[in-house]
Amino acid sequence: MLLRPLLIRMALLLLIAGTSYVHADVNTGIDELDPVFAAFVEGKGSARTDALDALAALPRSDTRQLLQGILDGDLMFHKPSETVVWAVKDGREFMMTSLDRSEDLGRDSSRKVKRLKLTNKIRGYLKQLIASLGLYSDNPEERLAAIESLTGDPQSIEQSVLDELLYDETDNKVLVALGQLDTRKKLVSEDPVLRLAAVNALRDDLSSYARAAIVAVAKNDADEDVNAAALAIQLHHEKQVKLFGWLETLFFGLSLGSVLVLAAIGLAISFGVMGVINMAHGELIMLGAYCAWAMQHLMPQSIASALILSIPVAFVFTGIVGIIIERCVIRFLYGRPLETLLATFGISLILQQLVRTFISSQNVPVANPDFMSGVLQVNGVFSLTLNRLYILIFCLLVFLALVLLLKRSRFGLEVRAVSQNRAMARAMGVRSARIDSLTFGLGAGIAGIAGVALSQLTNVGPNLGQAYIVDSFMVVVFGGVGNLWGTLISGMTLGIANKVMEPWAGAILAKILVLVFLIIFIQKRPRGLFPQRGRAVEG
Amino acid sequence: MLLKNRFKLSLLSAVALGVAGASVSLHAQDETIKVGVLHSLSGTMAISETTLKDTMLMLIDQQNANGGLLGKQLEAVVVDPASDWPLFAEKARELIEQEGVAATFGAWTSVSRKSVLPVFEELNSLLFYPVQYEGEESSRNVFYTGAAPNQQAIPAVDYLSNEIGVERWVLAGTDYVYPRTTNKILEAYLKGNGVASEDIMINYTPFGHADWQSIVSEIKTFGSEGKKTAVVSTVNGDANVPFYKELGNQGVSAEDIPVIAFSVGEEELSGFDTAPLIGHLAAWNYFMSVDAEANDEFVDSWLAYIDDEARVTNDPMEAHYIGFNMWVKAVEKAGTTDPTAVQDAIIGVAVPNLTGGYAAMMPNHHITKPVLIGEIQDDGQFEVVWETPGLVAGDAWSDFLDSSKDLIADWRAPLSCGNYNVSTGLCSGQNL
Repeated sequence: MLLRPLLIRMALLLLIAGTSYVHADVNTGIDELDPVFAAFVEGKGSARTDALDALAALPRSDTRQLLQGILDGDLMFHKPSETVVWAVKDGREFMMTSLDRSEDLGRDSSRKVKRLKLTNKIRGYLKQLIASLGLYSDNPEERLAAIESLTGDPQSIEQSVLDELLYDETDNKVLVALGQLDTRKKLVSEDPVLRLAAVNALRDDLSSYARAAIVAVAKNDADEDVNAAALAIQLHHEKQVKLFGWLETLFFGLSLGSVLVLAAIGLAISFGVMGVINMAHGELIMLGAYCAWAMQHLMPQSIASALILSIPVAFVFTGIVGIIIERCVIRFLYGRPLETLLATFGISLILQQLVRTFISSQNVPVANPDFMSGVLQVNGVFSLTLNRLYILIFCLLVFLALVLLLKRSRFGLEVRAVSQNRAMARAMGVRSARIDSLTFGLGAGIAGIAGVALSQLTNVGPNLGQAYIVDSFMVVVFGGVGNLWGTLISGMTLGIANKVMEPWAGAILAKILVLVFLIIFIQKRPRGLFPQRGRAVEG
Repeated sequence: MLLKNRFKLSLLSAVALGVAGASVSLHAQDETIKVGVLHSLSGTMAISETTLKDTMLMLIDQQNANGGLLGKQLEAVVVDPASDWPLFAEKARELIEQEGVAATFGAWTSVSRKSVLPVFEELNSLLFYPVQYEGEESSRNVFYTGAAPNQQAIPAVDYLSNEIGVERWVLAGTDYVYPRTTNKILEAYLKGNGVASEDIMINYTPFGHADWQSIVSEIKTFGSEGKKTAVVSTVNGDANVPFYKELGNQGVSAEDIPVIAFSVGEEELSGFDTAPLIGHLAAWNYFMSVDAEANDEFVDSWLAYIDDEARVTNDPMEAHYIGFNMWVKAVEKAGTTDPTAVQDAIIGVAVPNLTGGYAAMMPNHHITKPVLIGEIQDDGQFEVVWETPGLVAGDAWSDFLDSSKDLIADWRAPLSCGNYNVSTGLCSGQNL
């Protein structure tokens, strides 16, 4: 696609670089720019890419900035004067400067200043041009970007140019990238020795380009040695791809599982300790998610710290809501599970409607902070999305904190005593009513924290809780009531099972199959994976 | 005892007289024509439908300012079916029977339209449906001002195939009638054009689906086999938000694997960080960025009405604009709001659209529309990259499915049939 113009440009740049080491200021005003930009604005199809080539070929020091300005939308078209200008938005108007930044052209309303028309094709072309211009830049990062943009199309650079770059380069990262480009070029060289070397060098490169290239070489190459080597490497690649495919499914399953565990663990505590079926659990998760939104609303300039702060805020807020629910409603319904179920269902409806009335019936936006966006690229086929990774780690930390709380603290001891044998615990001086309130509050608080985590993954609206209540009960029932480790293992298992089935059964059928499996499992082991033991429980 | 009874009797009669009196005086004030607005204001579809309710209120206000209709003022009756499909049918019945609306503007998902269809047909009232849909329907009581597949899906696939050179296709949709039928049509169309079945991947997710990891990963794998791949997305509602977020997170850029959506417009993109979406596509019959005088006026009056510079206009809003103006014109032509009279009067009515042309109501209750393909820009607007040279007339029954290629809809006398089979010469009832 870019062969000839790029080669011409390489030659031109080499000429310029070779003839003058110092970039003299060759900006001769905007006369030479006007026809080029006119062609770009008015032209169609290939006339526009030709105009961009012409712009790049001009012997000016600001061609890169101009091309970048087109790409970023900083260069705009002023309709009345029919010129392209640098435009900075100011309210409903734009402040304009001339193309060479020498003249202030005043301001005009945003209806008169229009964006330059860009399509995917033009955008891709611009990115290539800009990157290639960076090939001889002083900045190693710009050189790296230039090399990376060429790596997709190694034929667009001459071997001699590449050799010269390899010889002169000093920066390590750029050297590695140049090496990669060199290997890809050598892969189609005429000399079978070079091809063999290139094939072996691609052994550990799992990117889709490398794999496809190896497959092509294994099929079509004339030389026997090269063929055999490529075939061996192709098999190696296929094994690696399969392995990393499984790892990826495992990661997806763990991340889905971590969401399920976070949602369910609060329920495990309140259900486990007090035997209370809390149908308002989903709404407590929803309230936690709204806390995240509220914090971001209050601190719009620093989303990341707003999100971190919303964790304790959500814990305290939903914990208090939980304690209020326990004191006002559930306390009076102990030993009556059906009434508790109905009452908490009513509370869930009330909470949903309160949010709809006082905030909004529509979804509210919760932004992902920068440190949570993007991927961690492990190799050519395997990458971990950062937001899921953080939530997985967060879930494990929360779980650990809970385990420590329940196993090592006085409060945890009292909770366990009350859940195992209430009468005995009371006889030992534990105030069981107070423990009940606090336990319910703890479960609610954990639900709030889960809501903060969920706000990063899904839409936050009044119906958020409804999507997670059934899953939470599923995890708790499967794992065994009142057992934290049971909740962790069951959540992770259900998540992994769902993700393993999803590729061949589809998202909907996978969920159905998991439910069917759960129903069958409960028939065999009604108490779940890790049921509570003890005379009081079995009595 | 007797005194108590007498007291009760006189109290009851006083109340009854009062109610009768009040209702008499109420009827005397009944100088308005009621217009029903049936859009979800909460639930998973609220993200798309709430703005349509506001559009209808604006159009009704504007019409009232211009003297109303047939000398009477219009009154909007707004109900919230809350993205709950059975509730749509209940609310439709409430609008028609209790409120006595002359026409209803509403519904978005095809499942909501299918739910209210029996109600409108039973009570013989009118529904103006503003959203692109899967076709395979033509009812006497419904006017389809949104795009049929031949006005959106087929031209979009043609664009990707001819202009972008796409050879592998991912058809991803939400699991209900619209994506399922549209994908059936597209699959038949693609195979008819020589695309092999291993080059087509079809995938469905539930409403509100939030975990797109595996699906996006599959799309990436499917798209890295060396052939240019594109995703045709019929995902509806707020599931689009995590879908596009996951595309951005996993680095699927529009230059590698473009995603063209049929249910994502300016409204769904507003309030969304569109930086990872730049270059992805949508196919509609109208974009807010279209340069036309009628559009400038509409956008200005909308922004002034809603008093919020950040709001946007989109294709279903244009469809309501067209539908409402057609209804008004038909009522004036017929001289009455009676549904049967309006059904006859509206065929052939032409009103201006917002892209500089005209829209005409065809005998099959669909309208003529231009088809535009737009790329998402960083401000949530679309830049038109391709359009049909002229208007496309909506075809209710797709030519690419065996079950419907012989069917036409023509509600004029003498045919008066929604699904007339041209090869057997039979009309098979209101709906198949």
